[in-house]
Amino acid sequence: MFAALIVALVYALHQDVWFWREARPLVLGFLPIGLFYHAAYTVGVSLLLSWLVRRHWPRHLDAFSRE
Amino acid sequence: MIAAVVVFAYLATVLAIGVIARGRSRPGADAEDYFLAGRSLGPAVFLLSLFGANMTAFSILGASGHAFANGIVTYGLMASSSALIIPLCLFTIGTRLWALGVRHGFMTPVQMFRDRWECGHIGTVIFVVQAALLVPYIVIAVMGGGTTLAAVSNGRVPFWIGGGIVSLVVMGYVFFGGMRGTAWVNTFQTVLFLSFGAIAVAVVASGMGGFRAAMDSMLASPATAPLLTRERVSPLYFFSYTFIPLSSIAFPHIGIFCLTARRLDHFRKTIVLYPICMIAIWLPSVFLGVVANRAVDVPAIASKIEARATLATHAAALTPEARDQLRARASGDDVVLKLVEGYAPAWLAALLGAAVMAAVMASDSQILALSTMFTEDVFTFYRGTARFGQPVQVFTGRVFIVLLTIVAYLVALDAPQSIFDLATQYAFAGYSALAPLLVAALFWRRSTKWGALAVTLWTAAAVTAIAVLQAVVPAPPAGASVAIVSLAGVDVVTRVAAGTLVVGLLPVVPMTLASAILMVVVSRLTPRSLPRAATLARYDF
Repeated sequence: MFAALIVALVYALHQDVWFWREARPLVLGFLPIGLFYHAAYTVGVSLLLSWLVRRHWPRHLDAFSRE
Repeated sequence: MIAAVVVFAYLATVLAIGVIARGRSRPGADAEDYFLAGRSLGPAVFLLSLFGANMTAFSILGASGHAFANGIVTYGLMASSSALIIPLCLFTIGTRLWALGVRHGFMTPVQMFRDRWECGHIGTVIFVVQAALLVPYIVIAVMGGGTTLAAVSNGRVPFWIGGGIVSLVVMGYVFFGGMRGTAWVNTFQTVLFLSFGAIAVAVVASGMGGFRAAMDSMLASPATAPLLTRERVSPLYFFSYTFIPLSSIAFPHIGIFCLTARRLDHFRKTIVLYPICMIAIWLPSVFLGVVANRAVDVPAIASKIEARATLATHAAALTPEARDQLRARASGDDVVLKLVEGYAPAWLAALLGAAVMAAVMASDSQILALSTMFTEDVFTFYRGTARFGQPVQVFTGRVFIVLLTIVAYLVALDAPQSIFDLATQYAFAGYSALAPLLVAALFWRRSTKWGALAVTLWTAAAVTAIAVLQAVVPAPPAGASVAIVSLAGVDVVTRVAAGTLVVGLLPVVPMTLASAILMVVVSRLTPRSLPRAATLARYDF
């Protein structure tokens, strides 16, 4: 349940209305903030998936497949 | 000339990989070996080939072209949402498909549906709809191949020849190598286009004198400043795009790829690294598409910008034909290639052209999937394998590959829409609407075959309705909209330049939600069609 809530929260964070009309600040001098946010979001998603895979891996499917 | 030589050397290499893969087949190889590589792919090949199967012309050419016209919003629309949704689908659905495939010997999703819902001909209906939706996806790759070869040869290889060459090469290595050849070529291609982004960004940055000046210049101009924000796109439209990646797991070639892993653990790295691969491909593609708006010293790009400006200021006064011509000239599908050609030395531009070629040739797994589906879901199901044996089944699959390639090529020659529009409106939306089939089959015991049929017919009807609507009502100029259906003063269905909207959302949202509702309602209305307890027990994970 906790994992589902975290996933739902991350899904909601995709809708970043707070940077909708802003280009500045330019991260590293050239990356508009809206684009940087979504690049950082993508890295964050990878971290979330890493946690999901470690904590909630469906190990039982291995045994299921051999039955 | 150098570019053409490098690209043709690349094409010869992938063809050779397919032939070598054929030599690695087991002696007396059966259908499972040809169509699923004997369920033996290791973790690296599984990750790279599955990712490569998801990346098409759409990801480099379509993404850059869309970013050229629409700005940074392209990354949020498709890349970051896919980075979350696709691996989650692999985690929840892909792993279960793999386990069922190993346990029951399934080779296609339709085999699983037939078993799960104890149905025969309904499975055939699902096959027909899946196949019809997959063909546009293959067409995209042919179009991408034609565009790329025409661009790298400066028009000396016309679109129709380029598309034909790419079709022949893809057909060749799929024909010879089957899934093993396809997975190896996909792995090689993915490595190539993963390295493309960093090199292309470095070369273009150097050629443009750094990106800071380009960004400052874009921000200073009212015509280009909005491209660095998302102000031209509504939040509702942006939200709609999070439904598109649901299509990935419902695409038969991705479902079938899930069956090729040697072990369940191979999914782990794929799930975690998928977003990293997404950022490596999409961030450079989108960024380069955006900064191309300042590359006015590259004549081909300056011509595109001029055509777009004419469209924006004089569209109402133009004839529909003149508008279409200007749209074609303004199209950004080859903008990355033009950018690299403008700033990179010829030999490097040629290498990068080969990398783009790698991306646009990702139709191999779709072609193989359709062949697998035809031989398993139709030929074998209707007793063909029982009567003629597995060698004839594999031969039939190969003949199917040839016929399919010819059809896709002929359609590509006459397909007028840009790569991005075609992909989004037909294949992606349709497969997203089919995703509830997988969810219901794997996780809802009370789902029935009639619910599955309702979802499938609804998807076919909705995709057809959009296609007809867009053929009957011409696209208005950018920024304008034509109301098709209004209720109580609210525009329910509208035609816009990029396609069709339903209450401001892409059609994929109502299509997918209606599919899910239909599955629940129709299954509840047909409780007598519930499969036997023994069948349901096979799906208790």
